[in-house]
Amino acid sequence: MKTVVRTFQTSLRALRRNIMRSALTCVGIIIGIGAVIAMMEIGNGISTLNQRAIASLGANNLVIFPGQAASGGVSWGAGSSMNLTPQDCEAILRECTAVRAAAPEVRSGGQIVYGNKNWVPMQITGSTADYLDVRQWPVDEGAVFTEQDVRNSGKVCVIGQTIRREMFGDENPIGKEIRLANVSLKVVGVLTRKGANMWGGDQDDVIIAPWTTIKYRVSGNNRSGSGGGGSSASSGSSSGGVNTLNNLYPNSGVKLYPQQSETQAANYPQPVRFTNVNSITTAATTAEEVPLAIKQITQVLRERHRLGDGEPDDFQVRDMTEMMNTLASTTQLISTLLLIVAGISLVVGGVGIMNIMLVSVTERTREIGLRMAVGAHGKHILMQFLVEAIVLCLAGGIIGISLGRGVSLLVRQLLKWPTAVSVPAIVASVVVSATVGIVFGFYPAWKASRLDPIEALRYE
Amino acid sequence: MDLIRLNNITKTYHVGEMDVPVLKGVSLGIGRGDFVALTGASGSGKSTLMNILGCLDRPTSGEYWLDGEEVSRLSTDQRASVRNRKIGFVFQNFNLLPRTSAIDQVTMPLTYTHAHLSEKEGRERAKALLDRVGLGDRGHHQPSQLSGGQQQRVAIARALINSPPLLFADEPTGNLDSKTSREVLAMFRRLNEEERITIILVTHDANVANTAKRNVRMVDGLIESGAFDGVTDRGDTTRSGAGASGATAAPAPLVTGTAGTAGTAANAEVTSS
Repeated sequence: MKTVVRTFQTSLRALRRNIMRSALTCVGIIIGIGAVIAMMEIGNGISTLNQRAIASLGANNLVIFPGQAASGGVSWGAGSSMNLTPQDCEAILRECTAVRAAAPEVRSGGQIVYGNKNWVPMQITGSTADYLDVRQWPVDEGAVFTEQDVRNSGKVCVIGQTIRREMFGDENPIGKEIRLANVSLKVVGVLTRKGANMWGGDQDDVIIAPWTTIKYRVSGNNRSGSGGGGSSASSGSSSGGVNTLNNLYPNSGVKLYPQQSETQAANYPQPVRFTNVNSITTAATTAEEVPLAIKQITQVLRERHRLGDGEPDDFQVRDMTEMMNTLASTTQLISTLLLIVAGISLVVGGVGIMNIMLVSVTERTREIGLRMAVGAHGKHILMQFLVEAIVLCLAGGIIGISLGRGVSLLVRQLLKWPTAVSVPAIVASVVVSATVGIVFGFYPAWKASRLDPIEALRYE
Repeated sequence: MDLIRLNNITKTYHVGEMDVPVLKGVSLGIGRGDFVALTGASGSGKSTLMNILGCLDRPTSGEYWLDGEEVSRLSTDQRASVRNRKIGFVFQNFNLLPRTSAIDQVTMPLTYTHAHLSEKEGRERAKALLDRVGLGDRGHHQPSQLSGGQQQRVAIARALINSPPLLFADEPTGNLDSKTSREVLAMFRRLNEEERITIILVTHDANVANTAKRNVRMVDGLIESGAFDGVTDRGDTTRSGAGASGATAAPAPLVTGTAGTAGTAANAEVTSS
């Protein structure tokens, strides 16, 4: 035991004796490990950026559609049931930990008019301010409508770049009013350009307004969704084609949640008719959390819809499988690439260590001979040189880790990439640098231990 | 019993297809406390015999009894342990570790010692030995800051750290001038007389060989003279006789030696102050 400790001390002393050479030898490993750490951390950053980019395409978006409604054996098709409510959306946001944001969606269509121009947007969506967060869609100019607007069915909207170009040209659209189905909507914001979606549709050809506005003012149908005129979930509907003046002031006429008098409620204990939405769009916290989010949403909605164990879901949760796969494969590609590069630099560092150790063995042949003459066994010499190599590698490893962290912090500061500490990378680096020390230090050490003391002493 | 007894030792080197016999049946006895000079012309097998005596090499055949132990058939590691415990080496070119303090040089063999001295005990012992060789104030000097004679004295202190019964000196004065040579030789004599350390001095220099009590001369792989001088199986009477004869020869070099050491010490003080 004492011999081991003393051999260790001997190794350290030998390294100190050649401090310059030891330092230079370390540089190989420092660069190797530094590269690994920096690569891993920057790689993490790239991954995050990449994830964000793909997430903005909607990779971690989940869209919840109501289930099908059927009447007399005739199905109305997917999404025809009227059982998704804004309260469902709030419950999902409140109870599902894997869901970052959720927004209800009400769809409509129609012509818009501004001045002497008119246009039919591809998509007219009613939602909340969270919708833009779910879609990761920032506003270019102006602002998003507020929670207050949603509650008041405020006559405001934000428009996409295509609408801006077609309706306003070079004019500043903020504060201007466009008319949509005879309702004046004030433009409060313009969205950034999003371009085409995956199947070529223009995503910028869009108007987004508070869902209450679309539902109660624009669609002109204050009881059911735009698509479900005859479905079983809604009982009757007014003639939706004409907007009467009355409909323009829903706060005075139509209540969001239809009121019953106490007598009515007592006499006709009907289920309260609720306001439905066409779909709920949610975003999972990360792409990896998507399956968990689906599970949680399903659970919450089954509870809220009071579905028993045997009953099928009355809704559907759809995810972006294709995009998810793309995301997974790109991330995989980046990590593999980085690993290969890091591996190469480590091997280079290791060969450097081996080279220096071989030189060191040759240079210290006489010392080895002397040590053997005064009683060192082969294994003592082996250990001494092996410890030297490992100490060099470990020291290099530790300095390399700090260097790598430094580089990654620099990148974070200068390029604003979201680099992150990678604990596995640090642990792996320490293990790898020790291993490199053992592997590349072994041959020189073994060579030293096999020297013949007589020859070694005579070596010039 | 003798410290060293060689019975019919041979050593043959294989050079390519040829067998080159270097030692051709050497028998030798060296008693405890003896001071032997091993001389011989170059190529006489002197170095080979010295390597075998120093347990650095194994003989091809024959027996080698060292301190009551047959060491000719031991493995490499076993011989290393024997060297560590029983033999101290002093080399012609000092073989000090570069950029290492004298104290560390002297304690170095303790790294491989099984007799467990603590770090502190080891250093104290090293200091005492450096004192003994007249370098007590140079403990933290590195080889490059020491003169040749001082370096060799550090090497002697190193050889003695494990208190070996046997000290090998391979041309210890080969790299020294005549004055420091005399000092170093005087030190060997003192160690031999005061501590009863057996010393084997390998040299080709007749003057150096004369310092020893006994002269073993090798010619062509055989010992020409001095193989059993003063050591026989007859026991203590003859050995004490050898000691006495050594003592009679002693005074002259011892006096010059001590004078020389004192002189250098004084010189060193002058230069340092």
